Amino acid sequence: MTPLTPPQTIGPFFAYCLTSSDYGQKLITSNRVQAGNERQVLIKGSIYDGNGAPVTDAMLEIWQIDAQSRLPKDLHDTNTSFNGFARSGTDVQGSYQFETVKPGQSLDLNNVLQAPHINVVVFARGLISHLFTRIYFSDENCNETDPTLSSIKDVRRRASIIATRASESDQCTTYIFDIHLQGAFETIFFRWNESILINNQEDQ
Amino acid sequence: MSDQSNPMVSKENFSPTSQTEQQGTVDQPVYHSAQHRTPNKLPMDLNATSLELSSPVFGHSSIRPEDADLTKQHVGQPLGERIIVGGRLLDETGHPASGSLVEIWQTNSAGRYIHKADQHDAPLDPNFTGAGRTITDEDGWYRFVTVKPGAYPWGNHPNAWRPAHIHFSLFGPSYLSRLVTQMYFPGDPLLPFDPIFQGVQDASTRALLVAKLDFNLTEEGQALGYRFDITVRGRKQTPIET
Repeated sequence: MTPLTPPQTIGPFFAYCLTSSDYGQKLITSNRVQAGNERQVLIKGSIYDGNGAPVTDAMLEIWQIDAQSRLPKDLHDTNTSFNGFARSGTDVQGSYQFETVKPGQSLDLNNVLQAPHINVVVFARGLISHLFTRIYFSDENCNETDPTLSSIKDVRRRASIIATRASESDQCTTYIFDIHLQGAFETIFFRWNESILINNQEDQ
Repeated sequence: MSDQSNPMVSKENFSPTSQTEQQGTVDQPVYHSAQHRTPNKLPMDLNATSLELSSPVFGHSSIRPEDADLTKQHVGQPLGERIIVGGRLLDETGHPASGSLVEIWQTNSAGRYIHKADQHDAPLDPNFTGAGRTITDEDGWYRFVTVKPGAYPWGNHPNAWRPAHIHFSLFGPSYLSRLVTQMYFPGDPLLPFDPIFQGVQDASTRALLVAKLDFNLTEEGQALGYRFDITVRGRKQTPIET
């Protein structure tokens, strides 16, 4: 096995390459997940450090399945434009937002049904390595039986990865999801189990 | 100043390298931005699902050839030493990550980012933005033409200057292989004093971040070549039957 190249912080100056069109750069992605005519959701919030100060130079990426629980790679023969991926920087208030669709339920590799959730990667100055977390949704009854959520006994920790349904219009439902990098309200971050990679499903 | 409760920023972790020992005692500075931004709690172990075993795909249509040549994004040539940076994106088993997005950003040759928040008193170059992107080929190769970035002061501690570096953003075969890192240049005298580079505690792992001068990538009379191979998480061990 070849040793992994170690991560290094994204630093404070990535925006002109990765998240901002202010510099005349054409971006590879926006903060909107490409989707068809699905009902839109808006997810917004702020990122805070251990002192409760807003993190104004972070980048978030999301990766998700569509409302019918399909991955983008499963959609090659259909007309949908769903790409499952988006990026957002944080602004001077430490705030971000994503326009996307609410994902469907999906099976984990043990064939247990998971509640709808969106994968999130957090990058920031001060983080040597990026952090993985998830956004679940407060209005889903199936959260109770989700294998990940139900394994978290601490109520406050559990709530740290559930977005709160805030408002609704004809076009869109809005959820609030704040991220705390450190401190009493610290968000749950994940370390992915490597044993799952001993599996040939990605070769198909 | 160090936060002893947090292993990521503990002073103890910046043990002097053999290089600094040769130069005498150096009090290794901590990376101050990490102190209130690094989680204190252990991450929760989670088994990946089919979502994490897949990765976003970026089409060639959104990448132009000039996106990989940072010296040809403006009317004139940027100032500085023109260089070629190339290498292969591989997973742990040596399998090339083909068709994968590689994004880079860097300072100009004077050590100044075009980013509005960079207030370092060094000139901007009207012929250099410092952002590039490309897609790896079928053998995992990428190649950029750029200028050598400069060192710059960053205020972390007295006489703190970042060694010259190029930021890299990589995807690889799955969501788990996502990587953001920095490439450094061989022989840079600032490397022993940089808390970000020295934050990688193992010397042989740290060395993976330093590119190698490579005459196979060099273009005679035009630009020296630097080889920077990148290994990301991926297929591990022997696949099981399913």
